[in-house]
Amino acid sequence: MAKFEKAKSVHEWLDQRLAINTLQRVLSTEYWIPKDINFLWAMGLVLAVTFGLLLISGIFLLMYYKPDVATAFDSVNYTIMTEVGYGWLWRHIHGVAASVVFLIIYIHMFTGIYYGSYKKGREMIWISGMLLFVTFSAEAFSGYMLPWGQMSYWAGMVITNLFSGGSLEAYGLVEWIRGDYVPGDAFLTRFFMLHVFLLPLVIIGLIVFHFGTLRIPHVNNQEGEEIDFDEAAKLYKEGKKKESKVIPFNPVFLSKDVFVLGIYFVLFFYLVFFHFEFAMDPVNFDTADGLKTPPHIYPEWYFLWSYEILRPFSKDIGLIAFGIAQVALFFLPFIDRSPNVAPAHKRGLFKIWFWVFIVDMIILTILGKLPPQGIFNDLGLVAAIVFLLLGPALVVVTLKEKKL
Amino acid sequence: MREFKILGIVVFFTLVTYWGVEPFAHSQMHKHVEGHEFVYDGTADIEETVDAKKEMKKAYWADVAKIATLKGDATSGEAVYAMCMGCHMEGAVNMGGVTPPSLEHTGALYDKNYLIALIKDPAVAMNTDHKFADTMMHPMGSIKTMVTEPQQIADVVAYLLTKKAGEVTPKEAYAEACGRCHEMRYAKWTQLGKTPFFKEKKDELAHQIKVLDEQAAVKGYMGKLPPDLSMIIRARSEHFLETFVENPQSQLAGTSMPRVGLSKEGYEKVTAYLTMIGDPSKPAREAIGPWVILFFVVFAVLAYLWKKETWREVH
Repeated sequence: MAKFEKAKSVHEWLDQRLAINTLQRVLSTEYWIPKDINFLWAMGLVLAVTFGLLLISGIFLLMYYKPDVATAFDSVNYTIMTEVGYGWLWRHIHGVAASVVFLIIYIHMFTGIYYGSYKKGREMIWISGMLLFVTFSAEAFSGYMLPWGQMSYWAGMVITNLFSGGSLEAYGLVEWIRGDYVPGDAFLTRFFMLHVFLLPLVIIGLIVFHFGTLRIPHVNNQEGEEIDFDEAAKLYKEGKKKESKVIPFNPVFLSKDVFVLGIYFVLFFYLVFFHFEFAMDPVNFDTADGLKTPPHIYPEWYFLWSYEILRPFSKDIGLIAFGIAQVALFFLPFIDRSPNVAPAHKRGLFKIWFWVFIVDMIILTILGKLPPQGIFNDLGLVAAIVFLLLGPALVVVTLKEKKL
Repeated sequence: MREFKILGIVVFFTLVTYWGVEPFAHSQMHKHVEGHEFVYDGTADIEETVDAKKEMKKAYWADVAKIATLKGDATSGEAVYAMCMGCHMEGAVNMGGVTPPSLEHTGALYDKNYLIALIKDPAVAMNTDHKFADTMMHPMGSIKTMVTEPQQIADVVAYLLTKKAGEVTPKEAYAEACGRCHEMRYAKWTQLGKTPFFKEKKDELAHQIKVLDEQAAVKGYMGKLPPDLSMIIRARSEHFLETFVENPQSQLAGTSMPRVGLSKEGYEKVTAYLTMIGDPSKPAREAIGPWVILFFVVFAVLAYLWKKETWREVH
């Protein structure tokens, strides 16, 4: 065992046993971030904090929620909303945060794509981020089942039906997933378990992993400049803070993040108190009824783009396109063949590719909610084909790109 | 300045997406139904009727308009009203499917034109005449033979509007206008009214059986048990509720839900109750919301000052 001197303070006592000074240095005061950044670099912290809000509000909701088809709806809409002190506040925070977290995830992802932050050495940052995106999606879907309203039931019906694999007609698999022929008690309780236990656990693990992937390649910067972090850190520690290209996470980077967080919270709580309808669909305030299909069934807005890739095609082709769309983004670091790490506006054709990608995602999202009829169906088909072609297009565009 | 440009782009694309998936999508998903400000003159009824009944409805609503111009005498109306009390009384029982409503607050809840129309021909006024074509009479159909003279109708309506128009609470408004068909479990309300507290289990069960019998009668009459309205205020948009109550056929063609003929004031009372039960946190949200937002405005200002201070030495 190590030899321990008598400590002069609690701090020293802890440091002897836990090396808190070293931890603080490595994780915070000497964790170096490039100086040349903008507010989009704060989205990581905004996401972490929003996840924290979801976790805390979720714990409060979990105290009163009842995972049973007979009582689930009333436990949410009556017990939590009426009888529990501030239950409505926790529910609105949870509902709005679940929607807003995806907005921030998309901004965070598109920032990464724009600045080439998944390239050369940073592939694992992107892949771990994509794993988080997929797990968050599963978390959102399973959570949407819990109030057991009309949209919970019918979205659950539609999405689990996808597993029948079109012409494969694998209904056995669908029944195995549901634990029943139709969504029922077994379905609700297993999605409850996934939502409150397994998936949050995986998300927390993946967040730690995502942070870990940043250590060696370091955070990218606005110009994609390759910084010698050791040298820049040395300059900073020598007091040449103005010359150094890096800043410590704490307090310099953090002070900017906290300011962005302040602005974000103003908007977030405005939504929580005065504009929550977008995150809490009215249809889901009708109790689940297996004999009454709603006229329009649609997922929450953040799934609409992939839903629209499924819809305009025939059954089997639609499923294949949908499958491709789910995994395509994982491969981005390998499809992008360009040697440059630079913002899109410096990368010629890639800039056009990027904006076409954004606009196509938004068009798919909007069409995903519209009734699949007439012109909307035709536009959806075009937008879905454009999405699928963007993959090969990226290979061509980036192969042609000249080294900057 | 670059940061503002980036922020502008992010905000722009976010708002376009929001517009597309919320206001625009909803405008495409739901058919547009014009509201009529709770004026009952039969415009929509005549428009939606395509068969031979169109002419009948035109004449009917023209008659209603004519009766509305007559000066009613409340004193003579009271005598006519005696006929109504045979069914519309305290402790009324289910007749032909539903329990006749109390008329205690009629003048405060319902529209004058609608009341005239209702006495002239209940099924046509309620816009559910498709249900009673030839085979079956409206439970209140006998009124057509009991009160026949236009002046009689004007008198009894004048009586209702002046003598049965006392102050009405939101709860009473719900009970009289909706509560005989629609359960509201979050308010412990059934078709038989507020469920009392029972000391003995067997009394409670006996009451439940009465409720089930009443529900069976309502179901038999309506075709299905009308939905529980506990959460309806959050499950439907304001515009839907308003146009649906005004004329159920406009949103749900063929429904057996009758038009109840609420006036604007009456409708506001009913929605006040629906909000109290279905969205009780509304006052708390409005009271606390601004303070929480103010807190974060102050937070952001302080954070900005900290940021400026911290970044001064690195720039």
